[in-house]
Amino acid sequence: MEENKDILKTDQPEYVLEIKDLSIRYDTDDAKVYAVNGIDLKLKKQTTLGLVGETGAGKTTTVLSLLKLVPDPPGVITGGEILVNGNDVMQLSKKELSAMRGKEIAMIFQDPMTSLNPVMTVGDQIAESIMIHENVGKEEAFKMAQKMLETVGISGERAVEYPHQFSGGMKQRVDIAIALACHPSILIADEPTTALDVTIQAQVLKLMKDLKDQFQTSMIMITHDLGIVARTCDEVAVMYAGRIVEEGTLEEIFKKTMHPYTEGLFNSLPNMKDRNSKLKPIKGLISDPTVDYQYCAFADRCPYATEKCWQEVPAKRYFSETHMVMCSAYDDPEFHIARGHENG
Amino acid sequence: MAENILEVENLVKYFKSPRGTVHAVDGVSFTIEKGKTLGIVGESGCGKSTTGRSILRLIEPTSGTVRFEGKDILQYSSAQMRKMRKDMQIIFQDPYSSLNPRMTVSQIIMEPIIRNRLIRDKKKREERVLELMETVGLAERLYNAYPHELDGGRRQRVGIARALAVEPKFIVCDEPVSALDVSIQAQILNLLKELQAKLGLTYIFITHNLSVVYYFADDIAVMYLGKLVEKAPAQELFAHPVHPYTQALLSAIPEPDIDSQREMIMLKGEITSPINLPDACRFAKRCNYCCEDCTKKDPELREISPNHFVSCFHPLD
Repeated sequence: MEENKDILKTDQPEYVLEIKDLSIRYDTDDAKVYAVNGIDLKLKKQTTLGLVGETGAGKTTTVLSLLKLVPDPPGVITGGEILVNGNDVMQLSKKELSAMRGKEIAMIFQDPMTSLNPVMTVGDQIAESIMIHENVGKEEAFKMAQKMLETVGISGERAVEYPHQFSGGMKQRVDIAIALACHPSILIADEPTTALDVTIQAQVLKLMKDLKDQFQTSMIMITHDLGIVARTCDEVAVMYAGRIVEEGTLEEIFKKTMHPYTEGLFNSLPNMKDRNSKLKPIKGLISDPTVDYQYCAFADRCPYATEKCWQEVPAKRYFSETHMVMCSAYDDPEFHIARGHENG
Repeated sequence: MAENILEVENLVKYFKSPRGTVHAVDGVSFTIEKGKTLGIVGESGCGKSTTGRSILRLIEPTSGTVRFEGKDILQYSSAQMRKMRKDMQIIFQDPYSSLNPRMTVSQIIMEPIIRNRLIRDKKKREERVLELMETVGLAERLYNAYPHELDGGRRQRVGIARALAVEPKFIVCDEPVSALDVSIQAQILNLLKELQAKLGLTYIFITHNLSVVYYFADDIAVMYLGKLVEKAPAQELFAHPVHPYTQALLSAIPEPDIDSQREMIMLKGEITSPINLPDACRFAKRCNYCCEDCTKKDPELREISPNHFVSCFHPLD
């Protein structure tokens, strides 16, 4: 194990993570599923990026690929590059990958009921990842695990208990303790509070935010909930059918929304200021992921679609250094969506 | 004076378990006016689904009375109850497990029509199914499709069509949109609202999603560990929550608004076990305002202003 520790490059580039033109496909017996279709993404040090989208948008596949965890077969990375702290993930050996997992990038999963090992005490589960990455013995690692438990608000004495002895919120805290045990530079949280009640969700989100600052970690928060994005993220990328259709700072996405799909997501939410305003759902259904869209996948559901939208994949257009939108409607300089222009 | 279609009084449902009695629903009372929606909100294990199912007697309540259109249906025989269910329907949370995978869409929707002997003529029955499919926005080509061929939103539409098939007056919607994506969620919520306006339906809308219930319900009841802790018209409840639990619950909603100045109220700990409860306020252990009397007696639900009920010794302003 020992030589595992320092084989990764450590010179720190500006971005802890860079994804360039990444495409991932699942080749199943029935069909080819185009999960991720050429996305670019950069994660700055100590920022939280929200990856937003609905079922099947490709959010989880994208982050699994960062750890080379996309099941293969059926998953095939068909193109692109992933740089984690300057290391090209595709080129890493098995050994280098396992040095990276948990140490450089750690992950918190949606369902703490299934992501923990039911026949191993929570203390041992935290200690396990510490022992893989740090040069410590079993006893020392267990002590560090207890300290980690205290950090996430669970008494260190409970390290000898099994997952079933913890409630859902507590299990998620254990998951967070495992993820942060080796002080990763990137923390990926895949819908971390979806399975939790709203008051517990509030506790867990606050804990994650505090620890992220304390450990100086960068974070990718996968969620479908724009409320959680508003509370936790600095930057936002909106995914639809395997593409990032809009990306920008929190302020840009919420206040200067540009993409019709992002607008549709906002309009689908009940307005807390005006109960009587009607919900404006996005028409139609989520796009078919077995189609290799050589045009805008959202065109069929888009209220602003013009002929052009069915002819080509929209180009990336930057409205500021940070604000990117993939929508052909903006070829017309006069074009704007209704959101933000309701009163004129 | 509007008439109450449903009156629930002191509804109790206990379950026996090896570790003691589970107080799932513990003396819940409320009324619903015809054509209105009562939202029941609360976290996992608060008894909201058990309440909904006990009213329909899908779970047999331990005690209490449920009057539907003035008739005490808890006294009904199972034969009488079967007839009654024509008027009282339910839509379930998970459209993946609530539809029979071996039946086609049309068979699923037709089943209650046949069971209740509503339409004897086969041709007319098929027409009725098509009409129902149109009402809920299902394409005719899905008539012979099986549930596994449909996505979540469409399955939920099948569930709604099946509930509507017997022309009910009252529907319990048990987390009908929780399993759906937001863009589809909004479609289903709009559909349920349109149907209510068109058919004069009365709903109980059970959910843990507070922003959905605010949009959807006329009155909202908040449950905690088997008890109603607060009930008020939606606007009133959101503007002036007086129970400490309601306040914390509302403050915890993540609002999709980056300018929101709302302070999150953090609660201590997690929901406690509903087994063998002491005679004390059930929220006392997590309450930021707990006093001595809260640990000695369980507060009764009382009306503090017209239509605003709360069970707390020290309601907040």
